[in-house]
Amino acid sequence: MFYREAGDFKTSYAADNQTFPIAFDRYRYYFVLFIAIAVIPFVVNEYWANALLLPFLIYAIAAIGLNILTGYCGQVSLGTGGFMAVGAYATYKLMTAFPGLDMVTITFLSGFITAGVGVLFGLPSLRIKGFYLAVATLAAQFFLVWLFNRVPWFYNYSASGQINAPERTMFGLAVTGPNAEVWVKYLFCLFFVILLAWVARNLTRGTVGRQWMAIRDMDIAAEIIGVNPLKAKLTAFAISSFYVGISGALLFSVFLGAVEVGEAFGITKSFLVLFMVIIGGLGSIFGSFAGAAFLVLLPVALKVLGVDTLGWPTDIVAHFQLVIVGGLIIFFLIVEPHGLAQLWRLAKEKLRLWPFPH
Amino acid sequence: MPDQLIFAMEVVANGLMTGVMYALVALGFVLIYKASGIFNYAQGVMALFAAMTLVGIQEGRVPFAHLINATFGTEIHHLPWHSVPALLAIALTVLVMIGLAWFVQKVVFHHLVGQEPIILFMATIGLAYFLEGVADLMWGSEIRTLDIGLPQGINTIIDETTFNWFGYGFFIDNLDIVAAIVAAVLVAGLVAFAQYTKQGRAMRAVADDHQAALSVGISLNFVWILVWSLAGFVALVAGTMWGAKSGVQFSLSLIALKALPVLMLGGFTSIPGAIVGGLIIGVGEALFEFIVSSNDIFGAVFGFTLNATENWFAYVLALIFLVFRPQGLFGEKIIERV
Repeated sequence: MFYREAGDFKTSYAADNQTFPIAFDRYRYYFVLFIAIAVIPFVVNEYWANALLLPFLIYAIAAIGLNILTGYCGQVSLGTGGFMAVGAYATYKLMTAFPGLDMVTITFLSGFITAGVGVLFGLPSLRIKGFYLAVATLAAQFFLVWLFNRVPWFYNYSASGQINAPERTMFGLAVTGPNAEVWVKYLFCLFFVILLAWVARNLTRGTVGRQWMAIRDMDIAAEIIGVNPLKAKLTAFAISSFYVGISGALLFSVFLGAVEVGEAFGITKSFLVLFMVIIGGLGSIFGSFAGAAFLVLLPVALKVLGVDTLGWPTDIVAHFQLVIVGGLIIFFLIVEPHGLAQLWRLAKEKLRLWPFPH
Repeated sequence: MPDQLIFAMEVVANGLMTGVMYALVALGFVLIYKASGIFNYAQGVMALFAAMTLVGIQEGRVPFAHLINATFGTEIHHLPWHSVPALLAIALTVLVMIGLAWFVQKVVFHHLVGQEPIILFMATIGLAYFLEGVADLMWGSEIRTLDIGLPQGINTIIDETTFNWFGYGFFIDNLDIVAAIVAAVLVAGLVAFAQYTKQGRAMRAVADDHQAALSVGISLNFVWILVWSLAGFVALVAGTMWGAKSGVQFSLSLIALKALPVLMLGGFTSIPGAIVGGLIIGVGEALFEFIVSSNDIFGAVFGFTLNATENWFAYVLALIFLVFRPQGLFGEKIIERV
C-alpha cells in the first residue's frame, strides 16, 4: 500500500475532517494503539516500565500541556515544575482526606485544582508579554515550591517534609503504593495519555485552538479580528495547567510514590519539559510525544553507553550528559528549529511522492 | 532608638550590598540583550565557568584531569607549578572568556541569525547546560575556595562608628564593600567605553538598529563577539566576587536566577535599570525576610512567622511591579503595531 490519499474516497464531511485523512496513517495509529493497549501490558517488566515507559507517558502529558500554552498560544512558561507540584500535592491531600475515592476521580480533581492555580498565575499575562512573562512565571515556580516546602498542612505535618502515596485502588486493583503491579500502573497512565492527547488534538483544531494560534501569531491583530485575548489566554493557561497538574499527580502517585518538592519539582523540571516541547516541536501534539520520548531515552542510553560499555565513573558520565544534552539542544535549534515534528512532516511529504519523486 | 529599627537599618545596609552583587550579574544580561536581542540565560553559568577557570589556573590544575585519568588510567592532577599569581591568572581567565565569546558567536549564534527570540533564548539554556558540563569536566565539581587576596571579615571602621552612634555595631563584610566599589568602577568603565571609544560607539549603534549599523559598515560579527567578551568579563568579576563570598560551586550558577527579577524590575535594556533594580531587590528581600521572620514584628501581629522567603520574594515583587509598568522601570516603552 502506498502512502497517499489517492483512491481513498471520502463520502461525508466527517470523513473529510478526520484527524488522519490518509488511510495508511489511520491504520498506523490503530496499530500503535493496539500495541500499546493489548501487547505491552502482557510483556512489560519492572525495569522497562520504571526506566522508560512510565516516565515517557507521564512527561508526554506534561509536554502536551506546555505545548498548548507555549506552542499553540505563544505564552512562554517556566513554571511547569511548580504546577506539577500543585497537581502532586492536590492528589496527596485528596488521597489522604478521602480514602474512599478512586484514583481516576482524584487525578481529575487534582487537574482541576491545578487549572485554577494556573489561571491565577496566568492573569498577569494580559499585561506582561514575551520574556517578561517568561520570567514572571518563574514567580509561580519558586513561590509554589516554597509554599509546599514551608507550610506543614500540605504535607500533613509529616516529620520528613516528604509526601508518600498510600495505596489506592481502581476496579479493585492497586494503582499506587508499593503493592501496585507494573502493568496496572502502565495501563492507568496510558488511559490518561490516550484520553488527554485525543482531547488536545481536537481542541487545537477547533475554535479554541484557532483562537490560541491567532493570539500566538500576533495578539493585537487577533484582538482586532474579534478574538477575546482574556478568554483565549486564560483558557490556554487553564487547560495547560490541567494537563501539567495531571502529569504531576501521576508522577507523584504512580511513578515516584514519595516526593520531596524541591527535588522533584524544581526549576530543572520546568526546563526539562520545555526542552521536550522545543526538541519535539512547538505547536504539535506528535512533537510532544517525540520530545518526551527523546529526553527520557537520552539519559538511559548515555548511561548504558558510558557506564556499562565504556566503564567510565558515573560522575563523568553525569557531566557528559549535561554537555550532550546542551549540545543537542543547540544542534537541534540550528538544524531544525521546528523540532522532531518537522522532520516527521518532511518525511511524510517525501513518502507521499515515493517511489517517483519529481 | 528602638532596637528593631537599628536592626532594620543594618539589614538595609547589607541588602544594599547584596543588591550590588545582583546588579553585577544583571549587567552582563543587559549588555548582551541590548546589543543582540539575546536573552542570555547562560550568564550565571558563565560566572561559574569563569570562577572555576580562575581557581583552576591559580592552583595550576590540569584541565580535564579526571577524564584523562579515567580514559588512559594515568594519575595526573597538577602542572609542575602549584600556584600562579592572581593577576596572571585573571589575565589568562580573561583570555579564556574571550575565546568562549568567539566560540559562542561562531558556533552557535552565527547560525541562528534571524531566528525568533524564543529560539535564541532556548539556545542559551542549551549553552548553559553545555558550559556547566564542560566546566565540571574541566575542573571537577568539588567546592573550591577562591582567594585572590580580597579583604574579608567584618569592617571594623563601620562597626566602631555605628557603635558610637547607636550603641550597636553594624556587621558589614569588607568583601561586600570591595564588591560595591568594583561594581561602581566596572559600570563607570563600561559607560566610558560605550561613550568614548570607536568600538563602544559601534556597540551602541548595533544596539540601536542592526540594519542601519550594518549599512554604515559596522561588522555585526565583531560587535557581537565584543559584547559576549564584555559579558564574559562581567561574568568573571561577578563570579570572583560571589566565589570569594560563598565558595566556587554549582550553586554559583543559580545567581542567574536572582538576576532575572532584577532585570524585570529595571528593564531588560537599561544599565542604570540593572543597578537600581538590583538595589531595590537586595533591600526589599532582606527587609521582607527580616520583617516576616521576626517574632516581634510579624509574629506579634499574625501569630506565625515565615522564613526563606528570599527564594520567591524578588519574583513576586517584580511581578506585581510589572503589572503596572510592563517594560520595567527604565525599559524602553513597548510599542505594538499590527
